[in-house]
Amino acid sequence: MQIIQYLINGISIGAVYAIIALGYTMVYGIAKMLNFAHGDVIMVGAYISFCVTNYLGLPSAVSVVAAVVVCTVLGITIEGLAYKPLRGTPGLAVLITAIGVSYFLQNAAQLIWSSSPKNFTSIVTMDPISLMDGQLVITGEVLLTVCVSVAVMVGLTFFTSKTRTGKAMRAVSEDRDAAQLMGINVNRTISTTFAIGSALAAIAGVLLCSTVPTLMPTTGSMPGIRAFTAAVFGGIGSIPGAMLGGVLLGIIETFSKAYLSTQFSDAIVFSVLIIILLVKPAGLLGKQVQEKV
Amino acid sequence: MKTKMNTLLKNKNARTNALTYLVVIAAFLVTQYLYSADALSSSVKGYLIPICVYISLAVSLNLLVGICGELSLGHAGFMGIGAFSGIVIAALLKDTIPNDALRLLCAMFGGGILAGAVGFVIGVPVLRLRGDYLAIVTLAFGEILKNIIGNTYAGIDESGFHMAISTTKMPLETGGKYIINGPLGATGIQKIATFPMGFVLVLFTLFVVLNLINSKEGRAIKAVRDNRIAAESVGINVTAFRMKAFVVSAFLAGMAGALFGLNYSSVTASKFNFNTSINILVFVVLGGMGNILGSVISATLLYVLPEALRSLQDYRMILYAIVLIVVMLCTWSPKVKEYLSVIGDKLGGLRKKKEVGSHE
Amino acid sequence: MKKYLALLLACLMAVSLFTGCGSSGTTETTAAAAANETAAAGETAAADDTAAAPAIKIGLTGPLTGANSEYGLAVRGGMEIAVAEINALGGLQIEFKAEDDEADGSDKAVSAYNTLKDWGMQIFAGAVTTGSSLAIAAETVNDQIFMLTPSASAVDVAMTGSNVYQMCFTDPNQGASAAELMAEKWPDATIGVIYDSSDAYSTGIRDGFLAKAEELGLNVAVSDASFTADNKADLSTQVTQCKDAGCDLVFLPFYYTEAAQILTYANTIGYKPTFFGCDGMDGILNVEGFDTALAEGLVLMTPFDANATDDATVSFVEQFKANNDGKVPNQFAADGYDVIYALYNACVAAGIDGNTPADEACALLQEQFATMSVDGLTGTGMTWDENGMISKAPAAMVVTDGVYVPMG
Repeated sequence: MQIIQYLINGISIGAVYAIIALGYTMVYGIAKMLNFAHGDVIMVGAYISFCVTNYLGLPSAVSVVAAVVVCTVLGITIEGLAYKPLRGTPGLAVLITAIGVSYFLQNAAQLIWSSSPKNFTSIVTMDPISLMDGQLVITGEVLLTVCVSVAVMVGLTFFTSKTRTGKAMRAVSEDRDAAQLMGINVNRTISTTFAIGSALAAIAGVLLCSTVPTLMPTTGSMPGIRAFTAAVFGGIGSIPGAMLGGVLLGIIETFSKAYLSTQFSDAIVFSVLIIILLVKPAGLLGKQVQEKV
Repeated sequence: MKTKMNTLLKNKNARTNALTYLVVIAAFLVTQYLYSADALSSSVKGYLIPICVYISLAVSLNLLVGICGELSLGHAGFMGIGAFSGIVIAALLKDTIPNDALRLLCAMFGGGILAGAVGFVIGVPVLRLRGDYLAIVTLAFGEILKNIIGNTYAGIDESGFHMAISTTKMPLETGGKYIINGPLGATGIQKIATFPMGFVLVLFTLFVVLNLINSKEGRAIKAVRDNRIAAESVGINVTAFRMKAFVVSAFLAGMAGALFGLNYSSVTASKFNFNTSINILVFVVLGGMGNILGSVISATLLYVLPEALRSLQDYRMILYAIVLIVVMLCTWSPKVKEYLSVIGDKLGGLRKKKEVGSHE
Repeated sequence: MKKYLALLLACLMAVSLFTGCGSSGTTETTAAAAANETAAAGETAAADDTAAAPAIKIGLTGPLTGANSEYGLAVRGGMEIAVAEINALGGLQIEFKAEDDEADGSDKAVSAYNTLKDWGMQIFAGAVTTGSSLAIAAETVNDQIFMLTPSASAVDVAMTGSNVYQMCFTDPNQGASAAELMAEKWPDATIGVIYDSSDAYSTGIRDGFLAKAEELGLNVAVSDASFTADNKADLSTQVTQCKDAGCDLVFLPFYYTEAAQILTYANTIGYKPTFFGCDGMDGILNVEGFDTALAEGLVLMTPFDANATDDATVSFVEQFKANNDGKVPNQFAADGYDVIYALYNACVAAGIDGNTPADEACALLQEQFATMSVDGLTGTGMTWDENGMISKAPAAMVVTDGVYVPMG
């Protein structure tokens, strides 16, 4: 029974990683850049939702919409100001700019919302389901996070394979120059990708803070890095891969804490990651691309 | 002699290298002069050794990132190995080698060798990966290392040296002294790092890296970076070269780490985290990938920048972030670059005219 | 192209060097301006004290930006109130300056300290975090600058030198008192401990606690449920471990930020043991958005209670709220406040003023602190032992109806 409870705990945090990883993988797959500021957009989303609920007293559904809107605008702005001018330069240049943006967002959040932690009120009002005389508890947050991440995964897969914009994204991801020749507006496609990625970040922020209530300016950074790891784990650029990677990472983390050692759980989690990457160098569901001369 | 000098100056590589050494030596001499004239404030004196450390780290990472084209996000991990092993070595040799400078050298080489060895062990499996996958594995490695060092206890008591990686504090006999104390990190370190030694480290790093870059192997490494498959097809052993660069880079980072560790009376494992790795990477990218002098300058500048912004109090880190973004856009954005090169051409045109004029 | 890049960088370097000089210049001016301000503030009172000596310079380093900045900002806020109060009294004036050390245990901490030294600091009232304090303490020993840290609680800090003093309990002592209190109140409880294995404060208390608990024969069922600064996003496993081991008393020797998370999760899964915290727990009731009902019955050992009704506390809390957007001060702020008053009392008694060189002040202050007793917000009759560790009575509180009630 105990093991099932740990499994649920693992899936709970894993689903949060998954939804963050979906945003990472989306942006990476199409814009080919590691957006290290993604975790901080998540933090902004959570703060917006917190403010709308606690200061304006609006219902949580409104707060989620507000967070999505603000983050989408923020994502497009960041992309336009900081990333777009660097398009076509080596990936590292954009990576460093993304780090600059990440520092900026964290410090701006500290100045706006102060560094004292805030306790995020969960958007889920459902009582936890208690099974086997309270030995097994499934919280509403777990159910919601799992449902939302699955829905997002399915939605994104559908979007990229069936819609016109989605197909354009795949084309840009495949070969930017060829896509341009086919009449695809590459810049707009990439901006759209960032908009979607940032909207996902807002949702991820709300779900992250509903599961883990502490909200601080640095809330997004560690889960962001974990989720990035999860995205690579599952095969970066692959949408189902991000989902699988996130959930597996959560489960591995929880099990290593529960059965091996809490003190060394970071080392264990990352060792498992390294071993998997050595066996499958492109991640679990990643495509091994044959290099051409 | 003169002709030799001329050919030397004509060779662009040799010229850039000479310039690099010249800048570093001149900077050292000026600083040393100001130091001896007691014209430096305590804060500036305090920056000198960490600047040397970060220059070495940036130059050694540039070998990996700029020259080999491998993205590593775990450079601080090697620095950490060097720091902690250097501290332990220095503590153990306290009675054997009473001379501080000599002991510091031993600690630095010891730290470097250990970091290089770890680099080799990790490199064997990891260098099969490429690009972002290599990046994530080096990141993971840095995190593992931080976690392990944070649970390491080492100490000396009457019965000798003890070391344990464990979750509970290892007991020592009474009168024993901890060198590495779990999450407290290394404490009570005897500070033996000196600025001249920092300068020696920078020169040594430059010497090793520049020689490697300009050797036959260095050209092979660059060929591998630019087109791996083509390089392989003309018979270059790709993995061996990447390995060599990886180990050398780790070795130098370890040496720098040892100097860093021995410059403070306490050092914690959390210092060598992802953020530090990222900072070193920022130095490299901002200074220009493959541009060694650029790394030297940008490491110095970016280390001093947040300190220079202290008067802004709580706003200084946000300003640092803005400066970072703006400088990245200015140096990399094609549009801004175009604009700069127009100005540059005009300046260049003027200079050429002048030269022509002087010949007449 | 590279050439121009290099040129650009060189220009940037030159500019930054100038700004470097410039900024140190501006620091001077701001300091001078601050001195003027404080002089102006104290003018009315200082009028009758014609032989006004220059203000004494007290410095603090702490995390003012980054993940730990809430602690540094709280200490700074507390100290600023004490400085303003003292300067308004007339008499000995204090000039106060805080620098950001980013809670870094090596180079950043030392540069923050060096900046203060260049400013002319006579007494060091920091650092806020243990790591920074350890790095700086060795420097103060070299420079012979008196150091009284408000909140760095590791034993190693005070042991660095005879000039280093602490305003807070040392970690192992706090752990031991927690064990003693548990032995007295809950002798038969099954105890679980959750701690932060990457943090010196938390690990120190846990080690002290376990040693004492063994001595007293307490039943500690879970002793190594831990988290690190990197993986504290998810603390559910640790809570589940305690639940499964049947713990009815859970010891949480870490800060309220993570504790709020644990209390929330425990409530969600319907796990209701007695939670027991240390001084780092103080502040939990004031976390914005936190449902204080979850903390009902929480026991904590804190030297400071923001709801206390004595005049000193009431006025301190009021001023702190006025200066910090209505934020309620925690024990970090109170310790900071007490540090400034302890230093002020000692300076007045020893006749130290702005003209006393730092090393002389250091020797005089050591004499004072050996015999002095201080009453403050965090305790009455506080004294220091020969190692510089404080002795004050730990007060156990129970959260009842959203406020602290002294434990009977």
